[in-house]
Order: sequence, then structure tokens, then C-alpha cells
Amino acid sequence: MAYSDKVLDHYSNPRNVGSLDKSSPEVGTGLVGAPECGDVMKLQIKVNPQTNIIEDAKFKTFGCGSAIASSSLATEWVKGKTVDEALQIKNTEIVKELSLPPVKIHCSVLAEDAIRAAIQDWKKKQETGKPVAAAVAVQ
Amino acid sequence: MSTDVKSIPQGEDKLQQRKSERPIFEQTISPNGVKLPIYMDNHATTPMDPRVLEEMLPYFMEKFGNAASRNHSFGWVGEEGVETARERVARLIGATSKEIIFTSGATESDNLAIKGVAEMYKEKGNHIITAVTEHKAVLDTCKRLEKYGYRVTYMAVQKDGLIDLEELKRVMDDKTILVTIMAANNEIGVVQPIAEIGKLCRERGVIFHSDATQAVGKIPIDVNKMNIDVMSISAHKMYGPKGVGALYVRRKNPRVQISAIIDGGGHERGMRSGTLNVPGIVGLGKACAIASEEMAKESCKMAGLRNRLRDKIMSRLDEVYINGSWEHRLPGNLNISFAYVEGESLLMGINDIAVSSGSACTSATLEPSYVLKALGTGDDLAHSSIRFGIGRFNTEAEVDYVADRVVETVSRLRELSPLYEMAKEGVDLKSVKWAAE
Repeated sequence: MAYSDKVLDHYSNPRNVGSLDKSSPEVGTGLVGAPECGDVMKLQIKVNPQTNIIEDAKFKTFGCGSAIASSSLATEWVKGKTVDEALQIKNTEIVKELSLPPVKIHCSVLAEDAIRAAIQDWKKKQETGKPVAAAVAVQ
Repeated sequence: MSTDVKSIPQGEDKLQQRKSERPIFEQTISPNGVKLPIYMDNHATTPMDPRVLEEMLPYFMEKFGNAASRNHSFGWVGEEGVETARERVARLIGATSKEIIFTSGATESDNLAIKGVAEMYKEKGNHIITAVTEHKAVLDTCKRLEKYGYRVTYMAVQKDGLIDLEELKRVMDDKTILVTIMAANNEIGVVQPIAEIGKLCRERGVIFHSDATQAVGKIPIDVNKMNIDVMSISAHKMYGPKGVGALYVRRKNPRVQISAIIDGGGHERGMRSGTLNVPGIVGLGKACAIASEEMAKESCKMAGLRNRLRDKIMSRLDEVYINGSWEHRLPGNLNISFAYVEGESLLMGINDIAVSSGSACTSATLEPSYVLKALGTGDDLAHSSIRFGIGRFNTEAEVDYVADRVVETVSRLRELSPLYEMAKEGVDLKSVKWAAE
């Protein structure tokens, strides 16, 4: 299969590879996919509590070149956006940007899911982060 | 109208142009002096041996006759080429030349063997036994026969890829007419206990067919010592041309009969009609002749290179698993899984090396290799598998280059893998509840 230049570029020079401290209240972690399916993405965001702007994003991906490229691109795109803006990112935009063929569309879906999962995790922390809410959660 | 007339040569121009613009690959030289890209996918197909091509060439132009033309020298010359080839194929497998039927390749041979036996012996029974790790040419043929009322047992294999002979005994019954088990697997290179299977079948009067596509020319096969009754052979897996193969059909002790699936002029003693592919057959014959001479020495060299590749990879990477039996394996095969790394992304990283992966992403069906799944290899490890197929023309320097590139790429991709990170943190990946897509 021939890959687009952009997929090859992200595969060879993935952006924002790494991990953030998942226990930090400012960090949201999304882990989506399953090893049995051949794709697992971990996408993390660090959000400024004052502005709700995503100041940093990191990823690690087990998957094909298109999966790696989709998640690498996702970290680039969420950086600098507010949480609400990041939620607007659609998998179809990733497909377009990377010229993914039909059989690789699920990679872009997974990347969108990863963004949502990371934001959801962060939002949950904001609620449970409050002492009272945390106590409720424990019950 | 005039544009229509013009469009025909223009279209051809375009095709010609595409041919010249796109070389198969850009050839470069690696730092240790090997030509890139490296071909190490010899289970898919092999390059032709130059000696085979040389033998074939006259049969395209000056010796073009139809081997079935009985009344002029053009036909006789063609027939002579075919008969020499028939003897060479027979000699390689311990058969006689009358037992060799030429076909278009192993897929046709498998179809002819299984459908041909099924039809011929339908009065005797309707039960066929095969194994889940067979090639699709066998499995899909059996599936079709099920639609026609045959009963097929698909035997599971053990963890090492070998069938269980005790189970084979158990599943045979008085309606069993055919056992079809491959000699060597195309993915994992595992060599089945063919002689033992042959003995069991002979004792019970059941016909034994073996798809020996990957085995012939690589390991010794003797149809008499192994009690094989019908056997499929392919030329392009043994440095011969594509589009030609053979079927061995036993003529005595016992005589095996098969019904034709292609009807026509009655070629190949009525078992396979159609004008013979003389140059291809001559090529198959030469490939067999070379194998008869050189197989012993060559398999030793193959195994040496293969073991070198394994050692160079496994000494530098942890969590690398060999798929299938190591002991019962083709000398040129290495099928390994690199945990936490997906196969297609690994192929992408070593794109100057031609190998195959069992990853779903590389298959048309988006399912990981059914062969690896049958071994009980988890889907995750099936996605992480690479098949290296070492062949006649690979060198030690190539093996060293491949090992270095694989180690380097796997290490890089593991740094990118959340699974590797989790495993290093001590997370049991099996216990994780994965969010479904």
C-alpha cells in the first residue's frame, strides 16, 4: 500500500511522543483501542486550569503507520486549543489532512476517540478533584 | 469519432510510460555494501534462477511447437521438452514420469486433487480430513465440497503448528476417502509428519494428498517412502516461473484415479485438458533438476542464514517469540512476533526489506493471520508477526543488514508503544479492560 507523504512524515518524525504525569490534576489521559484489534492509542493533554487551554499533548501508539500518523497529528491539533475547541475536531478532517484510504479510516476514528477520552478524563478530574466531590466518588 | 480512434494508441502510450517511469524500486547500496531493497519474502515467490530462464528461452521462439502436435517436428520438439521436464520433476520426488500431471500452479493442483478424488471416490465415502492451517487453496476447495454434500473435518493443530496423529486416527471413519495435509506451511514453515500421516492413511486405505508447494525442492520428499498418493507442486516457489505447477498422482500400490475438473482435448492423460505451457513446464523441470542436485547443500546454507538472523535479532531484543515448531521447520523460514509492535508499522520502518506480516492491516480481510490464531498465538502477537523467507540468493551481509534494521525499528516503535510502556510499568495487559472502538 502506498502511504501519503504526510503519513510517512508523521511516521518517521512523530510529533509529541511521550507521556505526561497521569496523576496530575491538570492532565487528562485517553487510552483507546485494544491490542487484539491491532491498535491502541494513548493520548494525554495538559490543560491550563485558568484558561482551559491545552498547553501540552503527548501520545504513544501501538498500530499501523496510519494510526501513528493520526495520533501524532491529533496532538499537534489539540495543542493551543481550548478543551471545547478540541472536542470539535472531527475524524474526517484527519482523513483529509493525511489522505487516508478507506481501509484506514478507523485509525482517524480512533484518534478522535482518543482526544475525547483524554478530555473526558480531565473533566472527571476537575469534578472529583474538588474535595467534596472526591469523597462522593469514593462512596 | 476521431478522438476515439486516437485514444487507443494514446492509452497504450500511457501504459508504456508508466512502465518506464516506475522502476520496481530505486536501487541503493547500504553502508555494509548490500544492494537495497533486499528480497526476503521467498515463501511468496522466488526470483527465477538464471539457469532456469536459459533453459526456457528457446521454447518461446524457435521451439514454439504445440506439444500435442503429433505429426511434425515442431510438435515433437515441444513434446521432448515436456517429457524431459516430466522426468526431472518425477526424479526429485521419487516418482515415475507417468505420474506427473502439469497444471497452471499449486492452486489448480490442489483443486484438481481434492475435487478430483472427491468425485472419483464418492461411491466409497464422502468424508474428507484436512487441517485449519492449510492454504486457502485447500480450505476453500473443501468448503465448496461441503456445499455439495461432502463432510469435512478441519483438524486443529497443536501449539507448535503440528497436527496430532492420535487425533487424526480418531477422526478417520469408514466414510473417509481423503486426507489432505500440507507438507510445509507457507506462513510458519512448520513441516508436518508427512511419512507418519501417509502410513496411517495407507493402513486404512484412505487417499493421502499433500500440498507440498513450500516443501518440494527445499526438503527431501519421497512419495513412496512417505506413502503420498497425490501431491501438489509449484514452480515459482522453487526458482522457476510463475503460472506452472504439477500434480503427482500415484499409478500403482495403489493406483489412484482422479476426475478431471477441466475438460477438453484430453491432454495429460485426460486429467488436465488444455495446451501445455511448454516454456513454463521446461522451466519447472529445470528448477527440479537444480533442486535434485543442490538441495542438500542449499538447505544447510539456508538454515545457517536463518539461524544467524534469529540469533542477531533475539540477542538484542526481549519479548520476541518464534511462531511454530523450531525443530520441524523449513530451513529458510523465520516467523517471529515482536511484542508491543504492530506488524504493518514495522514493515513501514523496514521498507527497504521485502518481508510479510501476519498483521490484519496487511491482509485483505482485515483479520490477523488465521494460521497464527490456530496456534493459539493471541491476536495481539499475530498482529506483531513478521515472516522472513530466506532464499537461494540471500547473503550473509543481507541477513546482517536486515537484523540491524529490524532491531533498530522495533526499538524505535517500542518507544512509541503505549503497550510497551504499560508492560514496563508492570501492568498486566491481559487484565486491562480495553475500550472497544
